[in-house]
Amino acid sequence: MRMVLRYIKPHLPIMCLGLLVKFIGTITDLALPYILSHIIDNVVPTGSVRNVFIWGGMMFLCAIICVLGNIIANRMASKVARNFTCSLRHDLFAKIEHLSCNQTDSFTIPSLLSRLTSDTYHVHNMVGGMQRIGVRAPILLIGGIMVTLFLEPVLTLVLLGVLPLLALVVYFVTSKGVPLYTDVQTAVDGIVRKVQENMTGVRVIKALSKTDYERERFDEVNRDVVRRDKNAGMVMNITNPVMNLLLNTGLTAVVVLGAFRVNAGLTKPGKIIAFLSYFTIILNALMMVTRMFMMYSRGAASARRIQEVMDAGHELDIIDSPTVESDLHIEFDNITFSYNKKQPNLENLSFGLKKGQTLGIIGATGSGKSTIINLLMRFYDVDEGTIRIDGSDIRSIPHERLHSMFGVVFQNDFLAADTIAENIRFGRDIPDEDLHEAARAAQAEQFISEKEGGYDHILTVGGANLSGGQKQRLLISRALAGKPDILILDDSSSALDYKTDASLRAALREYTASTKVIVAQRVSSIKHADIIIVLDDGRVIGQGRHEELMKTCDSYREIAETQMGDGIE
Amino acid sequence: MNRGNFSAGAIRRAADVENRARLPRRYLLGRLWKYLAHFKWLMLLAFLLTVCSNLFSLVGPTLSGRAIDAIEPGVGAVDFKTVFYYAGLMLIFYIISSVMGYILSVVMLNLSRGVVYKMRRDVFEKLTSLPVDFFDKHQTGEIISIISYDIDTINASLSNDLLQIATSVITVGVSLFMMLQISPVLVLVFAVTIPISLLFTRYMTKKVRPLFRHRSLKLGELNGYAEEMISGLKTTKAYNREAVMIERFDKHNNEAVDAYFKADYYGSMTGPSINFINNISLAMISVFGSLLYLFGGLSLGSISSFVLYSRKFSGPINEFANIIAELQSAFAAAERVFRLIDQEPEPADATDAVELADVAGDVKFNSVSFGYDEGVTILHDLNFTADAGRLIAIVGPTGAGKTTIINLLMRFYDVNSGSVTVDGYDVRQVTRDSLRSAYTMVLQDTWLFHGTIFENIAYGKQGVTREQVEAAARAARIHGFIRRLPEGYDTLLSDNAVNISKGQKQLLTIARAMLIESKMLILDEATSNVDTQTERRIQSAMRNLMKGKTCFVIAHRLSTIRNADQILVMRDGRIIETGTHDSLIADKGFYASLYRSQFDSLPE
Repeated sequence: MRMVLRYIKPHLPIMCLGLLVKFIGTITDLALPYILSHIIDNVVPTGSVRNVFIWGGMMFLCAIICVLGNIIANRMASKVARNFTCSLRHDLFAKIEHLSCNQTDSFTIPSLLSRLTSDTYHVHNMVGGMQRIGVRAPILLIGGIMVTLFLEPVLTLVLLGVLPLLALVVYFVTSKGVPLYTDVQTAVDGIVRKVQENMTGVRVIKALSKTDYERERFDEVNRDVVRRDKNAGMVMNITNPVMNLLLNTGLTAVVVLGAFRVNAGLTKPGKIIAFLSYFTIILNALMMVTRMFMMYSRGAASARRIQEVMDAGHELDIIDSPTVESDLHIEFDNITFSYNKKQPNLENLSFGLKKGQTLGIIGATGSGKSTIINLLMRFYDVDEGTIRIDGSDIRSIPHERLHSMFGVVFQNDFLAADTIAENIRFGRDIPDEDLHEAARAAQAEQFISEKEGGYDHILTVGGANLSGGQKQRLLISRALAGKPDILILDDSSSALDYKTDASLRAALREYTASTKVIVAQRVSSIKHADIIIVLDDGRVIGQGRHEELMKTCDSYREIAETQMGDGIE
Repeated sequence: MNRGNFSAGAIRRAADVENRARLPRRYLLGRLWKYLAHFKWLMLLAFLLTVCSNLFSLVGPTLSGRAIDAIEPGVGAVDFKTVFYYAGLMLIFYIISSVMGYILSVVMLNLSRGVVYKMRRDVFEKLTSLPVDFFDKHQTGEIISIISYDIDTINASLSNDLLQIATSVITVGVSLFMMLQISPVLVLVFAVTIPISLLFTRYMTKKVRPLFRHRSLKLGELNGYAEEMISGLKTTKAYNREAVMIERFDKHNNEAVDAYFKADYYGSMTGPSINFINNISLAMISVFGSLLYLFGGLSLGSISSFVLYSRKFSGPINEFANIIAELQSAFAAAERVFRLIDQEPEPADATDAVELADVAGDVKFNSVSFGYDEGVTILHDLNFTADAGRLIAIVGPTGAGKTTIINLLMRFYDVNSGSVTVDGYDVRQVTRDSLRSAYTMVLQDTWLFHGTIFENIAYGKQGVTREQVEAAARAARIHGFIRRLPEGYDTLLSDNAVNISKGQKQLLTIARAMLIESKMLILDEATSNVDTQTERRIQSAMRNLMKGKTCFVIAHRLSTIRNADQILVMRDGRIIETGTHDSLIADKGFYASLYRSQFDSLPE
């Protein structure tokens, strides 16, 4: 809730003003019956028609003030809720964008997604709803108690004696409610995950005829959410009847005690009757307060989940590290790294690349090829050793500057449901000529021109209307379009036929200013690299040029020989 | 996943239609009612409980009235015995009413959550029965928005509003009756104000409903965008585009909160406005009542009870208006839910569809023409025969239509003309399940789900033992890797399993395929991200996998293609050459030039 308050703070003046307006509206609303009884009790018996109309006019006036006050206050409340949610969601999304890969992995994507959507929605409801009923209920409650206190102080004390018990109930229920609703939201993550999974895996699921199975699995998650939601509801629903019971018991006590007091001549029966009628108002006000607490519990649970993300520490901090004099563009100095900090995924890796040189990485599946890229781009920090770019430890380079050096294609990179041009541009400020040049170099121009609308052709979700090779060429265009200092291609030409692949390589050679890091399965893709690293299970088993490795590295030679004459589209 | 081309314009157009056409309210009510009707006993129970607790709320004051009557005589004369008697009764009544109140809330909880459960299940079941192209056209986030936000909205109004409507009707009826008894003339005041209320509510619903539809739509778009962006987080970081993506998110976010605000802006007007009309009637009643007293002989007591009843009368009407306003958001949400549920599923199997059994695996394409969109033909008059047990390789430049053939084999799509047959049966005459389970399919884009490695490998076949899974993993050369994981086969694959490379994922899906018994096999670039050495090591296992099966293979690597019984060389949706590797090389055609090109590129 700390966080909610922080976000409400800027809107506090408007909110207070809104509450004041609401206050006026409520007071006039409550004044209406009072005027009415005044007319009946005092005005009518005098027989003055004029006065009847005057007081009737007063009622009319009050009604107008009431409706205006309430509408204006409601709108102000909506505005506050709107602005509140807008900035909260903005900050949450910005925070998510800046989470480290490690943190994203541990929160998981479906959970982040449901926090961004479902949880912000519940907090929004809380902020909006509390403002709306947050005025009337306390006014009625306090007003009611004041009036009864004035009417019969001793009897009111009996009623007030019940209040601590009520507070206890509310405390108990909310303290139970928040964790229970947290449970519900956690289960909602499961629903999000299941839908996401099924939408991406639809072909596999259909091919394996696992539809029924998936339905069952969804059913489990669905049941789980409903069960937890019911659990939370069961606890929350205790509040109302228990409060009712406590208050009504108090009321009964008032009647009995009143009987004694009347008998002793301390009060009059009429007062007790009036007391009872005000009591109904108090009861209704308390019901509203209960509803507020229910809203609060749900909202607080969601707020807590949002806060978890917001509070996630800043990982991958920028550290001070002296820049060393170096003629190397990229240098890996004795790097060791492990994802789970148990078994190393890379061990004692060292290499140096001059500006414009090419590094080729080859090795068995799971040998750590992509890990090198994750480390170079500082998605993860090395456990030991130092990675330097132009002599600076990458941990000392601000993220923005670091990442602006790269053009990269990941293995399962993503395409958005947007135009081809935008997918290449990717939100950067790149002139059309550069865009076209990149597409040409990536051998993508031809197929783009064949699409309806060319560069303005809109891709379907995930680029589903492109073939695998077309997707890869588009992604390579994206990487080249920024004329990056460092070009990284992570096994990103696997779906290209050899002819296209060869033309691509020839085109890449024109990018002399870019230092290239190329992960590949095909020897032909990296054969001309200045340095080739052969990895096996996180260890370097060969390093050097193609010709050297052919002589010194058995595995490399084996790979090369088996691939000769292998491959065709 | 490859899927051939279709025009994006078509998608936009479809989306537009979706936004425009609105479902009539009566229809929506009917649909909602169907969900509620499943719980008619719960509803009846809830209704009875509400009526009872309403009656009880009337009894309470009567009892306290009796007690006070006993107090009435005043000092020294209070009839304590009676006071205690009624006080005791009051306590008992309050206890009963509280218990009933709790039961009622539990009943309502079960009712509303029951509806939510059913609705979510229906949405998901529809989702699983939709044709694959639906998923190429709809963003995951939007669907998530429907299954969470929209259904939640329906739930919120169902659980609160329904009962209130029921009880309001009762109170309104009784109060009206009582008022008519007291003074029919004064009731005329309502003859003016109630039509105004009704007209106003009508006006408001007309005004507010499109706003609520807009709100649901915008929230869906926001979710769609958010899902896409969060899934592509790494790329955003790599290109340093966080700021731009946040900016775009802001645009969606602003639209969503604005839509929300607008709906609220007008929606929150209804309550106070109706309340205003009620207050006006109250003022009118006071004035006219007073005049009636002065000139018409209405007693003061009658005015006061009339006023009391009129409060009782207008209260529910006030509530009613609020509920109507709130229901608009439920209608808007229901519209999106039902629209999804109403999506055309994959056409049902023909009534006389044959269950494929003991498949031999003879596949035939007879003059097949196909396009994803009308007017755009992807495959032109395709003819080929794949006899049982043969290995068919499909080669050609990207975009030639290779994956489209697979889409037709699996009947993800139906041909436009011509036919595809398996064992002589037209695939349209065969049940989808039996057709699809006759194939094993391994795609380039791996799909693993949130579950253990064991579950993922065992996914394709029921009742697989640990040993079988391990054997498959060993054959796919992934066993060693799995063993080295801290929890081995019980390791949970989370959504973004970073330390599993794409190649390893492909090996896992190959292991999955190895457990499936089928007569036909489809490999679409199944090992594209596996290094060549590992690929060689799994070759014998792959050969085992392919043995005795009709195989359709799309691959770049020659090792498999060279052994193919038949190579289909495709270009622009046509088969331009067929034959074995040797015969095609001898023909010196397109295939031969493709083949030569790799040697051109290799040595240099």
